[in-house]
Amino acid sequence: MMEVCGSSSVTLREFGCEQSLLSRPDGSASFSQGDTSVLAAAYGPAEVKVSKEIYDRATLEVLIQPKVGLPSVRERSQEQCVRETCEASLLLSLHPRSSLTLILQLIHNDGSILSCFLNAACMALMDAGLPMSCLFCGVTCAINADGQIITDPTAVQEKESRAVMTFAIDSTKRRVMMSSTKGSFSVHELQQCIAFYRDSVSRRYSKTL
Amino acid sequence: MKDTPLSNCERDFLLKAIEEKKRLDGRQTYDYRKMKITFGTDYGCCFVDLGKTRVMAQVSCELVAPKESRPNEGIMFFNIELSPMASPAFEQGRQSELSVKLNRQLERCLRNSKCIDTESLCVVSGEKVWQIRVDVHLLNHDGNLMDAASIAAITALCHFRRPDVGIQGDEVTVYSPEERDPIPLSIYHMPISVSFSFFQQGTYLLVDPCEREERVMDGLLMIAMNKHREICSIQSSGGIMLLKEQVMRCSKIASVKVSEITELLNKALVNDKKARKEGGRCGFAESLPQERITALKMEETSVEMTDATERAKDIVQKADARPQKVPSPVVPVPGVGQVGQGLQNTWGLEEDEDDEEEAEECDSGEEQEEAVTKMEEERHEKEASGEGDVVEISDSEEEDVVILHPAMPDKALKWVHQFSMHCN
Repeated sequence: MMEVCGSSSVTLREFGCEQSLLSRPDGSASFSQGDTSVLAAAYGPAEVKVSKEIYDRATLEVLIQPKVGLPSVRERSQEQCVRETCEASLLLSLHPRSSLTLILQLIHNDGSILSCFLNAACMALMDAGLPMSCLFCGVTCAINADGQIITDPTAVQEKESRAVMTFAIDSTKRRVMMSSTKGSFSVHELQQCIAFYRDSVSRRYSKTL
Repeated sequence: MKDTPLSNCERDFLLKAIEEKKRLDGRQTYDYRKMKITFGTDYGCCFVDLGKTRVMAQVSCELVAPKESRPNEGIMFFNIELSPMASPAFEQGRQSELSVKLNRQLERCLRNSKCIDTESLCVVSGEKVWQIRVDVHLLNHDGNLMDAASIAAITALCHFRRPDVGIQGDEVTVYSPEERDPIPLSIYHMPISVSFSFFQQGTYLLVDPCEREERVMDGLLMIAMNKHREICSIQSSGGIMLLKEQVMRCSKIASVKVSEITELLNKALVNDKKARKEGGRCGFAESLPQERITALKMEETSVEMTDATERAKDIVQKADARPQKVPSPVVPVPGVGQVGQGLQNTWGLEEDEDDEEEAEECDSGEEQEEAVTKMEEERHEKEASGEGDVVEISDSEEEDVVILHPAMPDKALKWVHQFSMHCN
């Protein structure tokens, strides 16, 4: 039996965002959740290579740069999560045969990194003025050994937990757009997390929008 | 993605301004842009802002086996990452010429000058040494990447702390930061590079070129020096011929600049040390401005106004006399082209479709004071008020055009009444 730890105590770390930091990209934003920080830059719509062009839509490319070393498979899987979320919310058919590029640079990783990437990506796309059908935000939950749900875990909490889940939720209908999970958990726990999510997401949207 | 090419008029403007000893942002020849150095949460992470150019450096360490030729020296590894974030011209994964050049210059500046004591990085001779890895990420390219990268790299190295190591006989213990305080690297001196851009066949130089100036320059001279006035590396690119006096002058300027930058660097390190000691939180998140509007905000730029009034008077005096006022200018309505000038239209125009046109007028809801009729009285009126009227050429099929003047309220009211009755 899983214990729900005080359903009203959805605690997010202090988050902050700054837009238009960089002069070269069309849109840029930095997003920090506690000590986790990410810098995002968006370019587009711009010229696309003929090999990558799509006749009726824009081609979205997401690049995640780690701090040390070259990008590896982990970055590729994170890129895929972010790209699929962005493709679902951007109105790509307004810019056929163009390229949209989103570059995410990790500044500091203290847990909940994928949700930080998602939030920074959304802010950068907004700053670039790209047409979107909805905004999205990401929140990470961790289930620790006792069965408690911790939202926005730090790196230490993530390490000690049994499962870590990240969801992307859209702003209009509050539905799940993307989910990425690691670890083992039951269906009941998953539903609890999504319910918790809605609380934390409404908190986040009230601050950023 | 391709970068926007530089237009010819921009290039000419820049070169002309440089001939007149003026820079785009109002700096003097030897001025650096505003430099800001901040640190991240963990040791070894440093951000450098040089004007709008933004660079991040991160130092990390790892225990590896040493090189066979040098069994008791640590290994230094440098990597400058030209992130596609910095400029649309940079591509992920491609080793472009600029990337190779910057990497090589940074290596020569830091590795060959032996600024870090690599022998102190040795743990067990021939078996385990520390490999110090410096990753520099370029975040925004607004010119002079080399200087920003070198400052970021050396500052990050000064800021970095490596884990403490204990050796007891054959056993080597690496202590975590919680068990024992990490220790800084031993750095002999701090080489910093200064870039000079040359114009007008190497006769005129500018320090710290911005991105536009870099695009139009003839060549670049990079001097890496430390505050003890020792030159660590010199590189000249672009194929310009430099006189010996030029190079000597540049090295003197570089020594002044390097001492200023080293002072700024040390001050930043001291401030950070103090902040960490006090236990306050530090890092990128903390350096974000709180509750202030920063987007779409530009600092005030000073405009040169020294001789503005005299020049303005000159220009007004020397300007041509005002053109004569034409009594009846012929003006085409927007959306109408005209071939040739001033000739009367001799093509036959249809005189029918009276009602259609009136209906059109009502529907379009015109705001122009243009009333169209086919009645004789109209024509008389037009001739009477001929002088000073603007005759509009339009391709509508109405023959006569009358402009209703506010000075003739009676007639205007009459026509307006007629039209409102028509429309209703």
